[in-house]
Amino acid sequence: MAKGLDAQARQGYALIAPPFLYALLILAAPLLTILAYSFMTDGYLEVVRDFTLTNYVQVWTDPIVRTVMLRSLMVSALVTLVTVLLAFPVAYYVSFLVRPERKSLWLFLITIPFWTSYLIRVFLWKVILGYNGVINSTLTGLGIIDEPLTFILYNVNSIVITLAHAYAPFAILPIFVALEKIDRALLEAGRDLGESRAMTFWRVTLPLAMPGVLAAVLIVFIPTIGDYVTPELIGGGKIPMIANLIQVQMLALDNRPLGAALAVTAMAIVALVSIVFLLINRRFLKVRS
Amino acid sequence: MKGQGRGLQAYAALYLLFLYAPIILLPLFAFNSGTIIAFPLQGFTTNWFAQMWANTTLRTALTNSLIIAVSASILATCLGIFAARASTRFEFPGKGGMMGFILLPMVLPEIIVAMSLLVVLLGAGVQLSILTVIMGHVLICMPYAIAILSTAFSSLDKSLEEAAYDLGETKWSAFRLVTLPLVMPGIVSSLLISFTISLDEFIIAFFLAGNQPTLPTYIFSQLRFPKQIPMVMALGTVLVALSVVLLTLGEYFRRRGNARMGGNPTGGFL
Repeated sequence: MAKGLDAQARQGYALIAPPFLYALLILAAPLLTILAYSFMTDGYLEVVRDFTLTNYVQVWTDPIVRTVMLRSLMVSALVTLVTVLLAFPVAYYVSFLVRPERKSLWLFLITIPFWTSYLIRVFLWKVILGYNGVINSTLTGLGIIDEPLTFILYNVNSIVITLAHAYAPFAILPIFVALEKIDRALLEAGRDLGESRAMTFWRVTLPLAMPGVLAAVLIVFIPTIGDYVTPELIGGGKIPMIANLIQVQMLALDNRPLGAALAVTAMAIVALVSIVFLLINRRFLKVRS
Repeated sequence: MKGQGRGLQAYAALYLLFLYAPIILLPLFAFNSGTIIAFPLQGFTTNWFAQMWANTTLRTALTNSLIIAVSASILATCLGIFAARASTRFEFPGKGGMMGFILLPMVLPEIIVAMSLLVVLLGAGVQLSILTVIMGHVLICMPYAIAILSTAFSSLDKSLEEAAYDLGETKWSAFRLVTLPLVMPGIVSSLLISFTISLDEFIIAFFLAGNQPTLPTYIFSQLRFPKQIPMVMALGTVLVALSVVLLTLGEYFRRRGNARMGGNPTGGFL
């Protein structure tokens, strides 16, 4: 038996080796290099291999970095909140009210916009929300407002709307999968035991859907914090997020150690926030088994 | 129940409108003769498409993007087959960790992947070209390929392969004659999705292509010039139409694969 297991394990390793080595070479090695760079000194045209913590001191004391980092966290948190709240009813609708044979059509419809040119989609939100944009020209044309609305213009709000649009399927799909797994008999049991529909949702459906909601939160939060295109196009480069700052340090200012320290710090913060978030909500993950 | 259902249905319809708003606007502006992207629309024109067709930089960008997308999707799918087969068929210590690491680029911000790879390539003195973009794209397409292929491999009936062994086939010939045809729809679907991702990918192409344009980086450079925007809208319309066709094909193959193996037809691309 032990020998059989060994053979199986060996075959498994042999199969997984090519993709794993590729990921090691193209992902792990560069990430470790960034980590190493973040502890080195920036020299003229090259990186000097002296161990130092000055990059981190600079990252943690610079008021601009702090502003941008806090803005990125706030924007990501807001995007996550908006995306997940908007997505939940849709996932619920598709899972509970759409006929089974129509479900995959709905999922397909939801995912299509996600696969179409990201840049052009972001740019079109600028067109929709802009000063002479679709929303403002329609509202002024109908005589509802006299002056164009400015709160949706080239600012954090417009970044949030654009990103909530871009990450919509990432939120809907995990919640949908969690809702699909719920045994419908449990809901009937809740109703039979005299709970109202709202209470059944609150005490049965929602807790059981939580693993999906948590997955949606993380899957939206982590990539949005590193979004480069939206602040660049919508914010016109005037409201940078952390990705833009990293790019400027790495390339425009050619200070790779500082850029590396920024990247490592951003990843550490994201990881920390995610772990704390999971710990706070761990009771929902236990419900599952 | 009726009232609740109707409310949710209206909401879901509004939500779809929100999702499709940019895509609906795209052709409107692409065929609009006005040079400014705003309402009210002027007249109907196909000039922007003609201008797009005549643009030589765009052709170079398109050729580059096609080379990158074809290579990246084939490589990512090949590597994905190995990983999907390993994870669905074999048990070995450390499998979860290794698979998790391979799937990591799915959640890692692309800017981190692009920047760290760029720093290493520059440090090693590698010339930036479409080759370096392919390297990056294989990495980010691989998780999606694995997700699709794992579904295909896991719904595979193990006893079919065992039957082939019993009938005297070797491991490789059983794989080629039995397994491969059964997962073929999954492979086609993985190729199409990887192709779509690579064709649309901007960040990695932006930083790793050196001075070679790809479609997204070309679009990005043109968005700064108001005069060029109608043409970009025309290009966008063509790209959207193309991805809808590719995705529909991908979905068709994925479902056919599921149906062939008696799986349930629900589930999406992720």
